[in-house]
Amino acid sequence: MITVKNLTKRYARTVAVDHISFEIQKGQVVGFLGPNGAGKTTTMRILTCFLPPTEGSANVAGFDVLEAPMEVKKRIGYLPETPPLYPEMEVGEYLTFVGKLKGMSGPSLANRVGEVSERCAIADVRKKLISKLSKGYRQRVGLAQAIIHNPDVLILDEPTAGLDPKQIIETRDLIHALAGDHTIILSTHILPEVEHICEQVIIINKGKLVATDSVQNLQNRARGAESVLLEIEGRDGALDSKTIQQRLEMVSGVSRVLFKEARSNRSLFEVESLKDRFIRGDLARAVVEAGWNLNELRPSAMSLEEIFLQLTGSEKTAEPEAAPVEEAAAPVAQGESK
Amino acid sequence: MRNIWTICRKELSSYFVSPIAYLLLTMFAVIFGFFFWNSVGYFNMIGLESQMRGQSSPMSVNEFVIRPLLSNVSVIGLFFIPMITMRLFAEEKRTGTIELLVTSPIRDIEVIIGKWLAALILYMVMLLFSAINFAFLFKYGNPDWRPLAIGYLGLVLQAGGLLAIGTFISTLTKNQIIAGAATFGVCLMLWVMEWVAGYETAPWARVLAYLSVITHFESFGKGVLDTKDALYYASLIFLGLFLTSRSLESLRWRS
Repeated sequence: MITVKNLTKRYARTVAVDHISFEIQKGQVVGFLGPNGAGKTTTMRILTCFLPPTEGSANVAGFDVLEAPMEVKKRIGYLPETPPLYPEMEVGEYLTFVGKLKGMSGPSLANRVGEVSERCAIADVRKKLISKLSKGYRQRVGLAQAIIHNPDVLILDEPTAGLDPKQIIETRDLIHALAGDHTIILSTHILPEVEHICEQVIIINKGKLVATDSVQNLQNRARGAESVLLEIEGRDGALDSKTIQQRLEMVSGVSRVLFKEARSNRSLFEVESLKDRFIRGDLARAVVEAGWNLNELRPSAMSLEEIFLQLTGSEKTAEPEAAPVEEAAAPVAQGESK
Repeated sequence: MRNIWTICRKELSSYFVSPIAYLLLTMFAVIFGFFFWNSVGYFNMIGLESQMRGQSSPMSVNEFVIRPLLSNVSVIGLFFIPMITMRLFAEEKRTGTIELLVTSPIRDIEVIIGKWLAALILYMVMLLFSAINFAFLFKYGNPDWRPLAIGYLGLVLQAGGLLAIGTFISTLTKNQIIAGAATFGVCLMLWVMEWVAGYETAPWARVLAYLSVITHFESFGKGVLDTKDALYYASLIFLGLFLTSRSLESLRWRS
């Protein structure tokens, strides 16, 4: 459905997108992942024919974005980071206007407006001015606008940015429901979102493609090594965490022991195994044989977050973006790509 | 064509759901009404005076009332045009709705003409308010309607050119105030440029005077349809819309 080859976008001084290539099959939901300024918005804008690429090619539904932009535009629904809404219009009026822009007319358009309003749960505000809507409703009107002409491809730029948790869940469900009919690309820097919605992930960082794989594969790839959380309690009095750490490190198959915190006479450790070694049994025995209580032992799966940090390099630069709590969205859509 | 109409209707409705249109129309109606009242009052006084002196040479309403009023409207228009065009693209750029227009299967030129046409229609509605005043002249007098019609044609052509320039300036910024102020500056310069012809006869002065929008209105104001002047306005419209389309395209390369 979408084929991108060696796509490059240069601005005066910076390279926003650097020789990216990927392919997306029909019907897939793909998460487009990367810290702020990684080039997500730029790539999406090239796919929607808003920006021309400097080099390389992008092909959407069989049409090249440079050679047949009109055909591409007909087949794409696009929700920019800030939904493109006219505050002085009523919701229904706005959807009709967008439908006309996309080449629809007459009764089929009127029906479709009704349909997408139902689908996006905005039927109750159809007579309301957009300026009076809450952020969550605006986002849904934005989504309704993107699917009005039933496009093959949906491109959503941070669809959950700036929403409250309930609205985030509603938006996610909505995207889930749309997944059957459309090929969806969705950019985000919120990782749990990708785990929830997407089958496939494309990770970019500083304009370069870092990984493209299914969510499952990525998790498996990182899970070759096991990571275990241990809470150990001393039977009489406080514990010397140094001693425990040394004892744990002696267990065979352990690659790293991390002391996390101590509370009165309890200590918390995170232990990582070598690749393909199962260490939980040995750890438990070692603790008990040393005369300590084993309060808790549980595997901590590597989250997509950790994978993401691994892939996009140093933890320091990527951490603020990986925070699950989203800050308020930038007021102007242009913010990111500069 | 259909797309142009879609855009045009949307622009018109946003003029009329916001206070902009009503404010402009009211202001124009009041200002023009005042000019008209003055003009008619002056005409009456001169008429009385000439009667008292026993002169019975017929005085033309066309020459004493309509012609000066039409050139007044042409100048008042210069002040209103920036207010009409300043939001056209600046607002879309500020709110990000420009992304919707540019990623829809519709050509740039259709967007541009649609918006410009909406601005022109608003301007023509405004002119309609001046026509109400003129209607009284026809009720109580017997003026010739042809110079008046040609005068209005000139006003519409002149506004078309300036509105096209204003539309172009609106694509250059996200800020409506900047767009409005710059458009006003350009309109004013295009107006006063011809003053140099008053004391300078060098070729450059003649070029400046020729480029001034006001010089080309004179013939229309007199009720003369001169193709040369009509062509000047047509090229001004074309230039403005052409620059707008280039600017809109460059938006994609720069952004």
